[in-house]
Amino acid sequence: VSLPIDSDGWRRLSPRMLLIHPVVEVTKSIPLLLGVLFAGSHSGTGAYWGLGVAVVVIVLSLTRWFTTRYRIDDDQIQLRHGLLRRQTVNARLDRVRTVDVTAHLLHRVLGLSRVTIGTGTSDRRRRPDGLTLDGVDTDDAQRLRAELLHHVLAAPEQGSGEQAGPLREQDLAIFDPAWIRYAPFNLSGAVTALAVVGFALRIVNDAHVDLAKVGPLRHAGNDVTSASLIGIVVIAVIVVLVFIALTSTTGYVLAFWGFHLTRHEGGSLHVSRGLITTRNTSIEHRRLRGVELSEPLLLRWVGGARTLAIATGLRVGRGSERGGTVLLPPAPAGEAIRVAAAVLETDGPIVAPLRAHGPSARRRRYVRALGVTLLVLSILLAIGLIEGWPWPLALLALVMVPAALLAEDRYRSLGHLLTHGHLVVRSGSLVRRRVAIKQDGVIGWKMRRTFFQRRLGLMTLTAATAAGRQGYRIIDVDLAEAESVIAVCSPGVLDGLRC
Amino acid sequence: VASLENARLRAPAHHVSPRARWYWATRAAGGWLILLGVEAAALFAVGITPMAITLVITALIGLAHLIVMPQWRYRVHTWEDAGGAVYTQTGWITQERRIAPVNRIQTVDTHRGPIEQLFRLSNITVTTASAAGPLRIHGLDRRTADQLVATLTQRTQATEDDAT
Repeated sequence: VSLPIDSDGWRRLSPRMLLIHPVVEVTKSIPLLLGVLFAGSHSGTGAYWGLGVAVVVIVLSLTRWFTTRYRIDDDQIQLRHGLLRRQTVNARLDRVRTVDVTAHLLHRVLGLSRVTIGTGTSDRRRRPDGLTLDGVDTDDAQRLRAELLHHVLAAPEQGSGEQAGPLREQDLAIFDPAWIRYAPFNLSGAVTALAVVGFALRIVNDAHVDLAKVGPLRHAGNDVTSASLIGIVVIAVIVVLVFIALTSTTGYVLAFWGFHLTRHEGGSLHVSRGLITTRNTSIEHRRLRGVELSEPLLLRWVGGARTLAIATGLRVGRGSERGGTVLLPPAPAGEAIRVAAAVLETDGPIVAPLRAHGPSARRRRYVRALGVTLLVLSILLAIGLIEGWPWPLALLALVMVPAALLAEDRYRSLGHLLTHGHLVVRSGSLVRRRVAIKQDGVIGWKMRRTFFQRRLGLMTLTAATAAGRQGYRIIDVDLAEAESVIAVCSPGVLDGLRC
Repeated sequence: VASLENARLRAPAHHVSPRARWYWATRAAGGWLILLGVEAAALFAVGITPMAITLVITALIGLAHLIVMPQWRYRVHTWEDAGGAVYTQTGWITQERRIAPVNRIQTVDTHRGPIEQLFRLSNITVTTASAAGPLRIHGLDRRTADQLVATLTQRTQATEDDAT
């Protein structure tokens, strides 16, 4: 179904949005409606006021559709909207960096999608979402995405969809339900779990419920005195862990069900995913600067990993589901490596053994991990001696063992390599990341040396890029090695700066 | 490759303006005076001996900082326009060198704060497309700064692509 187009080429969004806007806006204004109902409840007119406000909200939401139009011509896409303050947003087609197609539950029921067009980091003004077309037919949205990313624009007045033709795609990764076993080790649910607990406690507090007086809890409270405290703590920890695992798994399934990574003929990568809200993200080939293989500690223990894209105009999200950078959700490490290699079109940067950073770097890891722990411990022990705390406090000294293990693991993670036109860097223990960036994607260098690093002849070299995390650190590398890394990645830059 | 291994990167060639030492000292003195003021007020209000000792120690540390820091910083803070790249060194206890190839430079800005105007100093910020790597040269003589901005702007305009 092609949409009506006026003489200047301006198109409207799908009229089916007239069903979605009122539902969304009324849902958003529920607090306001409740407030009105409550305020009017004394005089008995609350219901009428509430109805009036609801009607206003619905009418305003409908004007959004009537006032919004968009137009695509040979070199730009324009969006015009606003009732009282008319606004026109323009995006040059050759500046389009990302095209995301998302569909929430309501959208999907009505066969609609939202298209978000990102013009990337050069857009310094506060316009985080770029240009959004909320509510176009899903088929139109997919065609629009293909057109924008390949700049093969069909003439809008012939928008029958034939000339855009199906693009050939190459599958790089397809979701396997067996991957869900890695979800509990993802810990993305930990944040959600904390938020839920915080929210519940606040409600309990606001409602003036005294937990000590609630029947079952009071019994439990009485039992604490008789039962062993350790038992209670163990049960609490298990409950929390199960809860975190459940929320992590739920989040994983919601975000990554149906995950599908493909490469188009034009070289751009395309990710589609999501159980209820579906999400389609495209990364243009020339924006891609590299990939990141990330292994949070728990995931690493169970042999899992995830793969992220490093691309300009894409911000790196927190957790595994935010941001458009996911090339593979937590999955078997072998699969993550295969996908990363497929994206780079070479496996050298992903599997080749790295150059270790030497004994000084190892000593620094130990000094930092053990030194800090020792300092905290000795303060605690000193206070303990003065205050006469019980001797089991000395058992705290056992934390030196995990601290030493952490130091060793952090050292083993450290490494870098120059291979296949890429700079490869690995570091971290709690989250170990192996990053491969194109050498010509490095646009600056930072050589940082603390007092102690200067004494050991080491530095932390940061390769600055316009993509991903913006800077990637090679920690505690020796001076000569750092200089040869710079010389290889940025030829000629050091000319005349050596003695 | 052997020569690559042996060659060592030298520090950038030019020092910043000698007046920068006075600027750094002035700025640091401001911070110490505020801290001393708070401690003096506390001493006046509470009036106990440990407070007086703290005040004296703070004053001594502050004085040492004011004597050592500007000199040390002046020796470290250097810059160079090396044709193909801009090269800076900053810091004192922790030191940092930054290099940006000229063809990756996006903007060159100057900035003068109120105290810096008092000492006739200018700062230059050289940005690239990366949020991680702006180069800053603090405490330049104003004329030097203007010249540097002019030459860098001229050369960066010569590059064609979007420098990412």
